Amino acid sequence: MTATAAVARARWRLKRPSIIPGFGLTLGFSLAYLSLIILIPIAGLFWRTAALGPGGFMAILMDYRTLRALYVSFGTAFVAALVNVVFGVIVAWVLTRYNFPGRRLIDAMVDLPFALPTAVAGIALTALYAPQGWVGSLFMPFRIAFTPLGIVIALIFIGLPFVVRTVQPVMEELDREMEEAAATLGANRFQTISKVILPGLTPAILTGFALAFARGVGEYGSVIFIAGNIPYVSEIAPLLIVIKLEEFNYAGATAIATIMLLISFAMLFVINLIQAWSRRRYGNA
Amino acid sequence: MEVTINNIRKEFERFPALNDVSLKIGSGELIALLGPSGSGKTTLLRLIAGLDFPTAGQIFFGAEDASHHSVQERNVGFVFQHYALFRHMTVAENIGFGLKVRPSSSRPPKTEIRKRVSNLLDMVQLGGLEKRYPNQLSGGQRQRVALARAMAIEPRILLLDEPFGALDAKVRKELRRWLREFHDRTGHTTVFVTHDQEEALELADRVVVMSQGKIEQVGSADDVYDRPGSPFVFSFIGESSQLPVEVKDGTVLFQGQPIGISETGDGAGELFFRPEDVNLIDTQDALFGKVTASRRLAGTRIAEIDIANNGHPPYHVEVEVPLHAPVELGSEVRFRPTRWKIFRK
Repeated sequence: MTATAAVARARWRLKRPSIIPGFGLTLGFSLAYLSLIILIPIAGLFWRTAALGPGGFMAILMDYRTLRALYVSFGTAFVAALVNVVFGVIVAWVLTRYNFPGRRLIDAMVDLPFALPTAVAGIALTALYAPQGWVGSLFMPFRIAFTPLGIVIALIFIGLPFVVRTVQPVMEELDREMEEAAATLGANRFQTISKVILPGLTPAILTGFALAFARGVGEYGSVIFIAGNIPYVSEIAPLLIVIKLEEFNYAGATAIATIMLLISFAMLFVINLIQAWSRRRYGNA
Repeated sequence: MEVTINNIRKEFERFPALNDVSLKIGSGELIALLGPSGSGKTTLLRLIAGLDFPTAGQIFFGAEDASHHSVQERNVGFVFQHYALFRHMTVAENIGFGLKVRPSSSRPPKTEIRKRVSNLLDMVQLGGLEKRYPNQLSGGQRQRVALARAMAIEPRILLLDEPFGALDAKVRKELRRWLREFHDRTGHTTVFVTHDQEEALELADRVVVMSQGKIEQVGSADDVYDRPGSPFVFSFIGESSQLPVEVKDGTVLFQGQPIGISETGDGAGELFFRPEDVNLIDTQDALFGKVTASRRLAGTRIAEIDIANNGHPPYHVEVEVPLHAPVELGSEVRFRPTRWKIFRK
């Protein structure tokens, strides 16, 4: 009896019976597909970088221009993602909680940054925020375009839908009774939002932040128009890669790409850990 | 705390959910609002809580007019059908929430909150589960946490919206008895909503039967079961059959024939009787029909009988019969109600 049970348990572990067929087939396909699309190109990147040797790699990494470009890229993407979290949550709130004329129009507008060619966005934003532009002229002599602030604005534009679209469905699912429960217990509106609603949204907000941030780090098209691309000040890492490529310095380009990849991976990994933790804590929100 | 509801009307976008409802709830009473879906019972509960506001009418807490007080000001304990626990807080944090959100002038110190939370947990028999999260609890445990959370703010009245609706039958029965004991111990004025008549009759001091936004009858379990005040209450509570009859010279006629029961006051009406208030009888002046089905129900047998209706679909009645009574399918039986009520048209 116990022996057969043990055997059954061992077999259980090898292959879990499932009513959905094709586990082997789909897993094999997924692995092959991911290798082809993601793993092999990234391996190629590492291989190309390895040609530099550790000394050459460190030289590029420690180059002041590289460090500044990385700083600008990650810094602006981080700030833009933070701003998007705040305003994206507000936009999602307005879209899910209130019914007003034009709500569907605004809902559709949120997706525009997804669809618009990024260069178009960059040119439009530059025209607006340049020192002679409608908005830019209002702030003179304080310059928005051609500074890191301009980059942040472009990245806010690009990243907004990521936050709105990840938070919105979770917000729609929020239990209204939970808010009413908070009210019956004496909590005012502010306490209800800060202690009951926002904690429930945390996992979704983190996801939105991670997506907006990742998109911002890699963004090129819209940024190069508004950034001004002044080395050490408003030059982003992707642009530096393009510059190296134009100089036929493939190893240098891939080295910077590798560094970006490693930093991004580390940051996304940490965000994922926080998400897993908060999901465990807050239930499957 | 005594609650008085005066001529409350509530409309949702012109659709009346409650129509001129008045009710007096005595201090320390356990009241059930009973009715089918859409009868307005949950709406009434939410109006008392201040989660909704009436279109017209007043609600008094004691002598104080609470009609326009916000839900926070009313200080009521509200328990939701689906618990509405805060998922990201532990059991202890959930229960302490109402104390923690108080303004600092009236907020008890941390150690005091902890002590009260642990007392409440003992009271709902969940001591030791402070650090659990709601999704680690069973449905019955969650509902008791929700109750402890509502009690933590020392509410003036306790309101429960279908508190056992989401639980399975066995847990529901246990919690029902437990709530009765809990109420007897704490003495809080308590109002709960239910569509389960068994629950309402067993648990409540008084049952408020509602239908289509109106109160049909208020009374004890005996009142509403034995002396239903309206055709709706008679058919909604317990099992019953109904037949159109006419009263002439003190005798009750069905399809023009006397059926062996008498009633004062002539005129047409609707005869209501319960399956258990029926005698099988072998005389001419009685109701009769064909047995279409019979089913065993615990210690008795229920016979379903079709009474012919001159080419129209037959009348369908149910009567309780002794276990050994001759009620074969298709056979004819004669019977007479022993207790009944005629509602005049």
